[in-house]
Amino acid sequence: MKFMPKLRLSQRTYAQKKAMWGFIYVLPWLLGFIFFFFVPLIASLRFSLSKVEANAKGIIVNFIGFENYIEALTVNTSFNRILTESITNMVVNVPMIVIFSLFLAVLLNQKFLGRTFARAIFFLPVILASGVIMALDSTSLVQAINDANEGGSISRGLGSFELAMMMEEAGVSESIINYLTGAVDRIYQIVSQSGVQILIFLAGIQTISPQLYEASKMEGATGYEAFWKITFPMVSPLILVNVIYTIIDSFSRNAMTDLIRETGFTSFNFGLSSAMAWIYFLAVSLILLISSYLISRKVFYYD
Amino acid sequence: MIRANMIQMAAWLLARLLSFQSWKRGLWSCVRLGLIMGLSFVIIYPILQKIATAIKDKSDLYSPIVIWVPEHYTWDNFKQAIRIMDYWTTLGNTFTLSVMTTVLTAISCAFAGYGFARLKFKGSNLLFMGVILTILVPPTTILIPVYLNLKDLNLLNTYWPFILTSMTANSMKAGLYIFIFRQFFRGIPKEVEEAAYIDGAGVSRTFTRIMLPNALPSIVTVLLFAFVWQWNDSFYTTTYLTTSKVMSIQLSSLPYNLGIMLSDGVSSRADPFYQSMVLDTGMLLAILPLILIYIFVQRYFVESVERTGIVG
Repeated sequence: MKFMPKLRLSQRTYAQKKAMWGFIYVLPWLLGFIFFFFVPLIASLRFSLSKVEANAKGIIVNFIGFENYIEALTVNTSFNRILTESITNMVVNVPMIVIFSLFLAVLLNQKFLGRTFARAIFFLPVILASGVIMALDSTSLVQAINDANEGGSISRGLGSFELAMMMEEAGVSESIINYLTGAVDRIYQIVSQSGVQILIFLAGIQTISPQLYEASKMEGATGYEAFWKITFPMVSPLILVNVIYTIIDSFSRNAMTDLIRETGFTSFNFGLSSAMAWIYFLAVSLILLISSYLISRKVFYYD
Repeated sequence: MIRANMIQMAAWLLARLLSFQSWKRGLWSCVRLGLIMGLSFVIIYPILQKIATAIKDKSDLYSPIVIWVPEHYTWDNFKQAIRIMDYWTTLGNTFTLSVMTTVLTAISCAFAGYGFARLKFKGSNLLFMGVILTILVPPTTILIPVYLNLKDLNLLNTYWPFILTSMTANSMKAGLYIFIFRQFFRGIPKEVEEAAYIDGAGVSRTFTRIMLPNALPSIVTVLLFAFVWQWNDSFYTTTYLTTSKVMSIQLSSLPYNLGIMLSDGVSSRADPFYQSMVLDTGMLLAILPLILIYIFVQRYFVESVERTGIVG
């Protein structure tokens, strides 16, 4: 019993040493976090509540309360429209991207000829669909000529129109029809935004132990049942991950970001720009909160 | 005897052919093939289109019979785009910038990830909440104050903003990389680490000799993502660098430069279709290095993410 305190002491120093090293390892990040994230975040909040004037000597910040927010929401002509548009886009696209990428991940996990090749193609958007390339793509005139030459756009439009007619006759409700035909028309957008999500789902599916599938097959389950009773619950935590990732990913390419930048750097209205950014941030975090609350109630954790 | 056997075999074959199961399986693989081919086509279509446009001659542009395969092949578009974008300088600059930020980000994020995963200290969970916060806050929110700070320090139009942020694990999407590393290090069994400690290795030695070699898949993932995203990024590059020749800036100002070059200074006189043609070529040139890299590393890309801890 006599050596116990000594042992505990040496244990504590070992733990302390580890804690010290932990702090040292995290320190670079912490410095960056303070200087490149936290201070700017507070500064941006302050800017959004004040009138900011930049001149040769520097910047003058005068507190004016919520005027910038009121201006963004009531005076500015395009803010409300763009905010609702980008939020609606987000709400519409996220479920579609998540469902689509889960479906494709299941598909790409099956064995078939040329699977490696197919996978390589499906992850190509991770590389191509980001930044300028995406922005410039939509302005390509040559593509427009070609489409016109082929009559491509007309026949494509007709395709989804016929689909809509067919579903309407079958008695599907109109809003669902609009949603689905919208998905058909935006297939490139959806495919090109789901590269990382497919990767994440695929990784998740591959960690499910094959014994579960064997056992269920023995009991006579069909592939359909195996998907809904095994695959789906097992990857459900990743649905949350993917929803959050998709929402975050949409920051880099939407009209809202452009508007905020333009207000800040072209008309040099830093206060208004910060206020817009904060409204946008609050709206997005509201969506994140609601969706993660709704999903996490349904998520199944294996352990 | 042989005849009876043959009849039996034929019957068996027939039964197999007519059985519901095999029909279903065959039908499904057809559907699957169709789906995968179709979607692959959707993904590859823009690239094919760009290649077809890039090798076309100017005269083919208005020819109604030329859609995919041009009548006159030419390298003119490539020459134009390379000249206007100052391609080789740009390529070198972009490559330097991307490699630099990628390596620094990977190192600093690996340290932070390991710190958060295994070396707990008072308040480390609170700080990890900070990492999550950096992922969730849109970069536009903090853009202006960061910009003003850098302007005060005279660091704009240099690589310093990129170096500083990536050294301190706060560059583009660095929160995500820290998260990936943390998840991965948490997945390595504690016994491995303890064995190293017992054998007399300190914390830093354990990290560099034992943990890092084990974390190779996650390192590869982070390196790839960081490189590709930095290469394509226009958000930070257009903010921090306004005059440097980096791929994404050259690409986004290509339409304008093109207009000036092609019509001797008056940008509105240039033929918009020809401009668009050279623009497509420029885009192809910008992503060409990425595609070349991708062809070589895509195996690791797929495999590594499968083994990385994003999942756990």
